[in-house]
Amino acid sequence: MNEKYARITRDGLWNNNVVFAQMLALCPTLAVTSSATNGLGMGLATTAVLVVSNMLISSVREFVSAEVRIPVYIVLIATLVTLLDMALNAWVHELYKVLGLFIALIVVNCAILGRAESFASKNGVADSALDGLMMGLGFTASLVLIGGVREIFGSGTLFANAHLLLGPAFAFLETTIVPDYKGFLLMILPPGGFMVVGLLLAAKRVIDQRQAERADTAAAGAETS
Amino acid sequence: MSLEQLRGKLFYQGLLLGGVALITSAALAFASRATEADIKAAEAADLKQSLSQVLPGEYDNDLLNDTVTLTSEQGEMLVYRARRAGKVEAVVYRVVGSGYAGAIVCVMGVSREGKVLGVRVIKHTETPGLGDKIEPAKGNWIHSFEGKWLGEPVAEKWAVKKDGGVFDQFAGATITPRGVVKAVKGGLVFFEKERAQLLDETGGKS
Repeated sequence: MNEKYARITRDGLWNNNVVFAQMLALCPTLAVTSSATNGLGMGLATTAVLVVSNMLISSVREFVSAEVRIPVYIVLIATLVTLLDMALNAWVHELYKVLGLFIALIVVNCAILGRAESFASKNGVADSALDGLMMGLGFTASLVLIGGVREIFGSGTLFANAHLLLGPAFAFLETTIVPDYKGFLLMILPPGGFMVVGLLLAAKRVIDQRQAERADTAAAGAETS
Repeated sequence: MSLEQLRGKLFYQGLLLGGVALITSAALAFASRATEADIKAAEAADLKQSLSQVLPGEYDNDLLNDTVTLTSEQGEMLVYRARRAGKVEAVVYRVVGSGYAGAIVCVMGVSREGKVLGVRVIKHTETPGLGDKIEPAKGNWIHSFEGKWLGEPVAEKWAVKKDGGVFDQFAGATITPRGVVKAVKGGLVFFEKERAQLLDETGGKS
């Protein structure tokens, strides 16, 4: 049982990472990762929706025919996001002013439909909730990484304006890496996003290959000895 | 008939789609009703807050309900009037400039003498990290309009420094501040033209 949860966790965070392995949700990824703070906001909002949508889809999976599952899932997810949008706007208006922009983008986030289709529709509610959480955290980590790289090269800062998202207590996160930096516009514009995603993707492949090689040699060594 | 068999039937799938649509629409309609009043109140509070930012000082009327609509080159202008003891002391309205990536919507407050009390950008799509220094949270630039009027600086100097004016541009972003400066100048020209109407001093003719 623990084995299964560990696998779900590993899949979400690394092996089957939404951005770097599944290559899903690239549209919101490239759009919002001009700074690490924006990436964090989008990631956390997506995580919340992913957990709830996975649980919802998983609990109705017995009743949904395979032939009409896609429209059913889309309607359920869109409704969920709209409800979240309205509730935040009405009752947590301060938070809504910060996250409002991201919530509209979540509706079109294919990672959510992707998890509904490939995991939640085949697994129990608890497993699906964990999967949603881990996929969401993996997504958040990727966005913060991409946003951080673009922000450092693009404007010479890291986590600028974090206090707007997380409250004044997190103002200590805001650091200026390069003082008096003139800015590198390309990194902030969408093409910079493509480049950073590409380079990070290559880095992940290299790490995975190294690990596989090491596992091979270790296995070979065990056989000969 | 078991659920397994039922799921393959056409009528079940039709019912399922219809049912899902019905339930979700009902949930949305219910949520919309439940949140409508709160959303309206929060938005009114937001508007009031952004109005008070460009209107320093105390006023004794309800801004949101003391409005006048005028036609200008930009179309209908909704103007909020701030009064003290019945006399209009300042007006607030929105002006729209064209930036690098679309419209920049600003609100500006103007005193009855025609001086800028404050300008705030409420909506824009400028490049993050470059053009967004027009937001007060990310730079002090927007405060450089305070106290300015059409005589100081003179009309030709109402431009960014690159164009021979007095307002700073940003490194890597000139079009954004240029658009805001032009919009604010347009707002002041509008004020001078419609002064009597805006200050509610038409002698009861309007």
